[in-house]
Amino acid sequence: MRRFVIGQAKNLIDQTRRRPRPHNNNIRLLSLLASDPIPVSSSRFFSDMTGSDSSSSLPVTLDSINPNVLKCEYAVRGEIVNIAQKLQDDLKINKDAYPFDEIIYCNIGNPQSLSQQPITFFREVLALCSHTALLDRDETHALFSADSIARAWKILDQIPGKATGAYSHSQGIKGLRDAIAAGIEARDGLPADPNDIFMTDGASPGVHMMMQLLISSEKDGILCPIPQYPLYSASIALHGGSLVPYYLDEASGWGLEISELKKQLEDAKSKGITVRALAVINPGNPTGQVLSEENQRDIVDFCKKEGLVLLADEVYQENVYVPDKKFHSFKKVARSMGHGEKDISLVSFQSISKGYYGECGKRGGYMEVTGFTSDVREQIYKVASVNLCSNISGQILASLVMSPPKPGDESYESYIAEKEGILSSMARRAKTLEEALNKLEGITCNRAEGAMYLFPCINLPQKAIAAAEAAKTAPDTFYCKRLLNATGIVVVPGSGFRQVPGTWHFRCTILPQEDKIPAIVNRLTEFHKSFMDEFRD
Amino acid sequence: MALEYDSLNENVKKCQYAVRGELYLRASELQKEGKKIIFTNVGNPHALGQKPLTFPRQVVALCQAPFLLDNPNVGMLFPADAIARAKHYLSLTSGGLGAYSDSRGLPGVRKEVAEFIERRDGYPRPCASYLSYHSDPELIFLTDGASKGVMQILNCVIRGAGDGILVPVPQYPLYSATISLLGGSLVPYYLDESENWGLDVNNLKQSVAQARSQGISVRAMVIINPGNPTGQCLSEANLREILRFCYNEKLVLLGDEVYQQNIYQDERPFISSKKVLMDMGSPFSKEVQLVSFHTVSKGYWGECGQRGGYFEMTNFPPRVVEEIYKVASIALSPNVSAQIFMGLMVNPPKPGDISYDQFTRESKGILESLRRRAKIMTDGFNSCKNVVCNFTEGAMYSFPQIRLPPGALQAAKQAGKVPDVFYCLKLLEATGISTVPGSGFGQKEGVFHLRTTILPAEEEMPEIMDSFKKFNDAFMTQYDNNFGYSRM
Repeated sequence: MRRFVIGQAKNLIDQTRRRPRPHNNNIRLLSLLASDPIPVSSSRFFSDMTGSDSSSSLPVTLDSINPNVLKCEYAVRGEIVNIAQKLQDDLKINKDAYPFDEIIYCNIGNPQSLSQQPITFFREVLALCSHTALLDRDETHALFSADSIARAWKILDQIPGKATGAYSHSQGIKGLRDAIAAGIEARDGLPADPNDIFMTDGASPGVHMMMQLLISSEKDGILCPIPQYPLYSASIALHGGSLVPYYLDEASGWGLEISELKKQLEDAKSKGITVRALAVINPGNPTGQVLSEENQRDIVDFCKKEGLVLLADEVYQENVYVPDKKFHSFKKVARSMGHGEKDISLVSFQSISKGYYGECGKRGGYMEVTGFTSDVREQIYKVASVNLCSNISGQILASLVMSPPKPGDESYESYIAEKEGILSSMARRAKTLEEALNKLEGITCNRAEGAMYLFPCINLPQKAIAAAEAAKTAPDTFYCKRLLNATGIVVVPGSGFRQVPGTWHFRCTILPQEDKIPAIVNRLTEFHKSFMDEFRD
Repeated sequence: MALEYDSLNENVKKCQYAVRGELYLRASELQKEGKKIIFTNVGNPHALGQKPLTFPRQVVALCQAPFLLDNPNVGMLFPADAIARAKHYLSLTSGGLGAYSDSRGLPGVRKEVAEFIERRDGYPRPCASYLSYHSDPELIFLTDGASKGVMQILNCVIRGAGDGILVPVPQYPLYSATISLLGGSLVPYYLDESENWGLDVNNLKQSVAQARSQGISVRAMVIINPGNPTGQCLSEANLREILRFCYNEKLVLLGDEVYQQNIYQDERPFISSKKVLMDMGSPFSKEVQLVSFHTVSKGYWGECGQRGGYFEMTNFPPRVVEEIYKVASIALSPNVSAQIFMGLMVNPPKPGDISYDQFTRESKGILESLRRRAKIMTDGFNSCKNVVCNFTEGAMYSFPQIRLPPGALQAAKQAGKVPDVFYCLKLLEATGISTVPGSGFGQKEGVFHLRTTILPAEEEMPEIMDSFKKFNDAFMTQYDNNFGYSRM
């Protein structure tokens, strides 16, 4: 049908070209297109109609853009979020048209958009570095803490020419990398080398850079957890590689089984795919599990044995909420097993967007790259240099996050109070939401041991699945849309992260402020009841 | 070892980025050894002592520490218009500088950019219909510097080695590097040095015909106006020809217009591709797909470290724009403080504002000095033996041709270096001046250049040119055997 309509349109266009065109011919074509429900790029036809004598069509249309771009998906900001934004706009005009008075965004780990306050000390230092003339003014002491002034001076001294407006070294300002390396040393109790640090605009560009390096074609595979943070699937698709899935075991708290890794690796090999790397997200996104050290050792062994690069997404390292789990960096685990630089290639990603700091808008982060030969590292450096450098305030913030105030500093008490306040509140929110979700009919939810998300499993009734099919949408998307329309709560359907076929989930952040949580629980509970009443088999 | 050099993506290995290549690395080494290095390799004004404009830094400092706005003493440190502007930008965010924005950038800032484009091009916004907007904020994406935008667009255009992009030679190596990373084909068109780096449309036709005969589908054309590294400004007539060419050949035009504030002569002011396209009217204005790029790193701002930029798309079908939006969304959002810098750049203090005089004094001072430096540098190069240099009409660079004597070519060959790399390394060792060899930008075979920025401080400029001349003339004497120069 689609072909036919397009063909018809083209014939019409040809006709209009051959003959001197009476005006109504255009109108006829327009009306044909207007009634065409098929999503064809309309501007293509409009441009055809203007009747240039060369052979039609704009240079870049949906048909002619890079197919890898079409393939990639990024649900965290996908369809549901677009609907939410429209609702939010409409809510301003039609207040009474909806059963809720605000949209609550639980789709994205963006804490400060939900009123989480930045750490004061960090922002003081950034303000001083943004406008260094302040440092010469006596009045500044009335508005800024003494240690923030001292830290700003220290940072400026590390920047060549004190120029915060200059491009830096493509790996990031050396002095700031020193501070980060010192922070890693303090965390792991092991040496870290500032030359291993590549500072990036958030963690995502680092992941892209590694994918660019590793993937030459669809024959190159990257092992990714399922469910996964869709940055990985999107980046692999953009670079034209193959995502080799390994499934996390929901029944054992999203456990990562080595037997599953082996099975998937063999399966990929049998399809002619060379698996190049293993991506691990710890603490997990969207799944929230914190890996045990023993599990991490097995993963390191597996990578070493199979010759895989270990891509360790450790951006939630500060977000651990349960007393029985602790974050261990993969580097520390590998080194504690006696594996050095020569034994395993390891990239650890860190971001200033997560943790207790949640500075998403700054786009700061780094990757620590160990176990690569110097010729490979030169290539990483070259790719980094094409983009010149990452933004300087993001770099400064990354150094602050890895070297916060110490006991005895003027800002220490307030810093600790702010940090503990945020983290303990997140822990409470995670617990409250998890318990509320587990009370709902047909919903089971593993605890969020870490990270910022809950990823409940919804056992959808057949009737709901049938209704979703009728609406031509995935069942979990169907559920999430209904939830949004009924409550204003925005969550991301599990299909955006991938899941075991036939199971349905959604991801909900734990980030709305604590005073909003009871209302969210109520609305969610109420909605789910009525949803089940409508669709229960 | 899990990852061997041999198994890396070939496209990565192929990619070259000379601005931070061998010369830069050697210069950094020498600097560590304590030698005074004059970095003229990157257009990085603040690194060479240019002071940031005061007003934008005040606004951004307040946005960084919004609690200052509640402090009764804030007026002691900040003027009222900076305070008001900080409040304005914070009100456009959804959680200050620490929250991801819309992946295309803050809608309020994109609106300011759209208004700037309309003012700049003389197409005031009509109050009537949506369709008659000259510039639509929905088609403007803010980016972490212009480079990121170029990469996003090329990523959408290039499907494989069969897709070609027309790129000027000499060119800014961002283009060659990105095309190579994405596995596309660079189709060169040569700028004519003897015509002050003019762009001849006949050359373009030849380049396209040749590429097509090799089975390459040429999909887009890059222009850099004002030119980098070549410093020429395109005339309106030339831009018209280029746009007509793109229309006829069905090419997307990528207009790198990041140096639009940097103009050092009066005959050819900057004129945007967008304006020329709109002036040409239908069918061109409705059909030529144009992406124009801008940045906070250049101009009299020079805020390179902020990584702020935007691109504006013209005549892109909505569904393609959606795909580009999707790709942008994978990177979540451009950094928010640079978005605010962009807002400030397109909407600077106005007459009557408290900070207006200071802002005008600072920005004029920088531009006038750059204009003088452009002249000192061109004249300096032209006074040297075997060096000829076109005048820097715009941008931030001087790109002299170095006519290397056969003795030098020989010596370079023995040292295993490309001749201009050889020359630039010698220059670096002798004078501490860190330049980029012309081969990093592409040049006609057998012709050699180097690129310097015009950014060293004005008071140091005569001394730098003296030391260059001393080195160059001694070099030429050393290798001169009076015949067989590399050709002009």
